[in-house]
Amino acid sequence: MLANQIGYYSLILGLMLSVLLCGVSIKDFNRSSKQINQNVLSLSFLQLVFVIVSFLSLILSFVNSDFSNETVFNNSHTTKPLFYKISGTWGNHEGSLLLWLLVLTLFIFLFLIKSKTQPKKYRILTLLFQQIIIIGFFLFVLMTSNPFNYLFPIPNEGLGLNPILQDPALAIHPPILYLGYVGTSIIFSSSLAAVTQNYVSKEWGQHIKKWVLVSWIFLSLGIMLGSIWAYYELGWGGFWFWDPVENVSLMPWLALTALLHCIVVLERRAALKSWVIILSITTFTLSMCGTFLVRSGILNSVHTFANDPARGIFILIFLFVLIVLSLGIFFIFHKENNKNLNNFFWLSRETSILINNWFMMYFLSVVLIGTVYPIFLDVISSEKISVGPPFYHKLIAPFLIPFLLFMSVGPKLKWVKSKVENKYSLILTFAVSVTLAFFIIKNLTADILFYTVLVSAAFFLFFTTLKELFIQKLNNTSQAIAHLGFSLLILSILFNSILSSEIITNMKVGEKYNYSKGEIFFKKIEERKESNFNSIIAYFEVKDLKGRMVELKPEIRIYNQPIIVTSEADIKTTLLEDKFIVMNLVKGNEYFNIRYQVKPFMVWIWISVLLLSLGGAMGLFKTRT
Amino acid sequence: MYGKKVKLRFLFLVLLLTSVILAVFLILQSLKDNVVYFQSPSEINSLIELEKKKIRIGGMVKKKSIIINSNEVNFIITDFKNEINVTYSGAVPNLFAEGKGVVAEGFLKDKNYFSATKILAKHDENYMPPEVKEALGVK
Repeated sequence: MLANQIGYYSLILGLMLSVLLCGVSIKDFNRSSKQINQNVLSLSFLQLVFVIVSFLSLILSFVNSDFSNETVFNNSHTTKPLFYKISGTWGNHEGSLLLWLLVLTLFIFLFLIKSKTQPKKYRILTLLFQQIIIIGFFLFVLMTSNPFNYLFPIPNEGLGLNPILQDPALAIHPPILYLGYVGTSIIFSSSLAAVTQNYVSKEWGQHIKKWVLVSWIFLSLGIMLGSIWAYYELGWGGFWFWDPVENVSLMPWLALTALLHCIVVLERRAALKSWVIILSITTFTLSMCGTFLVRSGILNSVHTFANDPARGIFILIFLFVLIVLSLGIFFIFHKENNKNLNNFFWLSRETSILINNWFMMYFLSVVLIGTVYPIFLDVISSEKISVGPPFYHKLIAPFLIPFLLFMSVGPKLKWVKSKVENKYSLILTFAVSVTLAFFIIKNLTADILFYTVLVSAAFFLFFTTLKELFIQKLNNTSQAIAHLGFSLLILSILFNSILSSEIITNMKVGEKYNYSKGEIFFKKIEERKESNFNSIIAYFEVKDLKGRMVELKPEIRIYNQPIIVTSEADIKTTLLEDKFIVMNLVKGNEYFNIRYQVKPFMVWIWISVLLLSLGGAMGLFKTRT
Repeated sequence: MYGKKVKLRFLFLVLLLTSVILAVFLILQSLKDNVVYFQSPSEINSLIELEKKKIRIGGMVKKKSIIINSNEVNFIITDFKNEINVTYSGAVPNLFAEGKGVVAEGFLKDKNYFSATKILAKHDENYMPPEVKEALGVK
C-alpha cells in the first residue's frame, strides 16, 4: 500500500526533475565556466535515485504480494517462489518500462560523471537530448502503463506469472538486454549533441566508443540469454527461429556492430563522420521500433503482455518525433568535412571496414524486410503471411562467405594505404582451411560444394585470427578475440545445423523405440507436487549403438496459477554434443509425444558469444598508446 | 577530362548503386518464394485450384477428433463452418488440445486433407492467434 504510493510519487518527482534539469542545464549552457554546474550533476543523481526508489517499491510490492497493486495482481501469486516474485517485477509490461526508465537515467548519470574531460556544451546537450527521451518515457509510463494502479476491493490472490517466464535465464535476460538495448539511447543523444556542436571528431570517437562497446556487450549477452532460454524452455529444439521478436533484437545488434567498426575509423582517421551519425541514429531508432512492435501487440509472442492500442500509438508518435528531431538536427547542423576523404585507398583498413559495414547493412535489410513485410502486407491487404527461416538462410548464408573472407584479411591491412603482407602464409592457411573443410564435409551432407566453401571461409577466419593471437604481436587482442569468437560461432552453428539429428515419436510407458542410431526406452513416469505446480517426470534411457546409456528425465508441469502446461526439456550437455529430450502430453491419450535430439557443439554456440563479448570487454579496458 | 578522384568517386557510386539494386532484387525474389500464406478451412473450401505451396491453416481443434497412434497424430481443424482433416507426425506443442486454437503448417493433399509438417507452439491457454480469431470471426 505505502510502497505503492511511494513508487508512484517518486515517478512524478522524477518527471518534474526532468523538467527542472532541462531548465537548469539550459541556464548553465550559456555560462562561461569550463565545467558543468554541480547542481546539474546532483539533480541527475537525484532523478536516478527517484527512479530507483520507484523500482524498489514495485519490487517490494511484488515480494509482499500486495494485490492492491494492479500490476502485482496481474502478474504474481502468493505460491510463487521468492526469486520469481522479484524477477516478475520486470516480467510484465509496466515493470519492464520502469526498467527502461531506470536504465535511461542510470546511463545519463554515468555519462555525466564519466565525461568530465569532454567539452561542457557537448555534455549539456547530450543531457538535454537524453532528457527528451526520459520525459517521453516518464509520460508513457504515467499515462498508459502506470505500474502502481490501485485496485479495490483488494483481491486475495493474484493471477500469477506465465510459468514459461519462471526461469533463471529469463529472470536476468531483461535487465541484461535492456542495458544494451536502452544503452543505445546514450549513443543517440551524444551523437546528436556532437553534431550540433560540430564535435564529431577523433576525440569524440575515442570517447563514445566505450559507450558503443558497453551497449554492444550487453546486447550480445542479452540476446544469448534469450536464445538459451528459448532452447530449453520452448522445447522447439533450436536456439534461433527467426521469430520477429528475435529479429527486433538482432537488428539493433547488427547496426551497433557496424557502428562499432566505423567508429574505429572515426577514431583513427576522422573519416566517415556522417555515416557514424546515421548509424547512431539508426541503432536507437531500431531499438525503439523493436519496443513498439513488441509492446503494441503487433507481434505476438511471450513479450506481448497486453494489447492496448493506446500504448502502441504513444510509442509510434514518440518514435516519429524522435526520428524527425534527429534527422532535422542532422541536416541542419551537420557539415561534412571532405578534406579527409581524399586519401581513401582501395586496399586499406578503412576500406575493409567500409565493406564490413556494407555487409552489415545488407544483413540488416534482410532481417528488416523479413520482419516488417508481413506486418506491412497485413495492414494494406489484410493478407496473412509468415516469412520462415529458409528466407533468411537463403539470403544470409551465401553472403557470409565473402564476409568471412574480408573479415580474415581486413584486420591485417594497415591504415591509409596498405599491401597484403605475408601473402604465402595467407594462401597456405587458406589451402589448409579448404582441405580440412572438404574432408570434414565430404561425408556429412549432400550439398558438399556450398558447405565446403562456407566452412572453409569460417575455418580461414578462425585460423588467421588464432595465428594473430598466438604468433604475431598482440597489438589488438580484444579485436582478435572477438573475431575468433565470431568464427567459432559460425563454425558451431554450421556444424550444429549439419549434424543435428532428431527423432519424433509417440510412446506409451514401457515401450521401446529403435532407430538407426540406437534405442529409446520409456521406463516409467513419476508424479510430484510442488507449491505452484504438479509435475509428471518421465524416465527415459537412451542407448547408442555402442551400448552407452544416458538417462534423461523430461518433465511436464501443470501450473496451478494460471493453469498452464509446460514441458521442461532435459538436456545432457557435453563439450561435443547436447542430448535433448522433451515430451508433451495430449489430453485424454495414453501416448506421450516425444522429441529426442542430438545437437552437436551446442555449448560452443554459447561459448563463442561469451568470447565475442569478452573481446568487447577487453576493448573497454584497453588504453590506447 | 575529369580528375582521378571524380572518376573514383563515380565508380564507387555505380558500385554502390548496383549492389543495392542487386540486394533489393534478391531479397524480394526470395521473399516471393519463401512466404507462407495463412488460410482458414472455409477459405480452403472455396479454393478453385489447390495450392501446391506450403500454407498455414488455423482454427480450432474439433472436439473428440484427436486420434494418436505410435507415429501419427490425426485431428480435425474447424472454423465452425468448414473443417479439414490433418495428419501430422512430429512434435505437438503443450497447448495442443481439443477445443483449443491451433495453427498447422504444411501442404494440402486435397480440399479435405492436410498433411502438416509443423504445429505451432502457443504461449498460454487463453491465447488465440489473431489469424484464428479473424478466421473464427471473434472480435
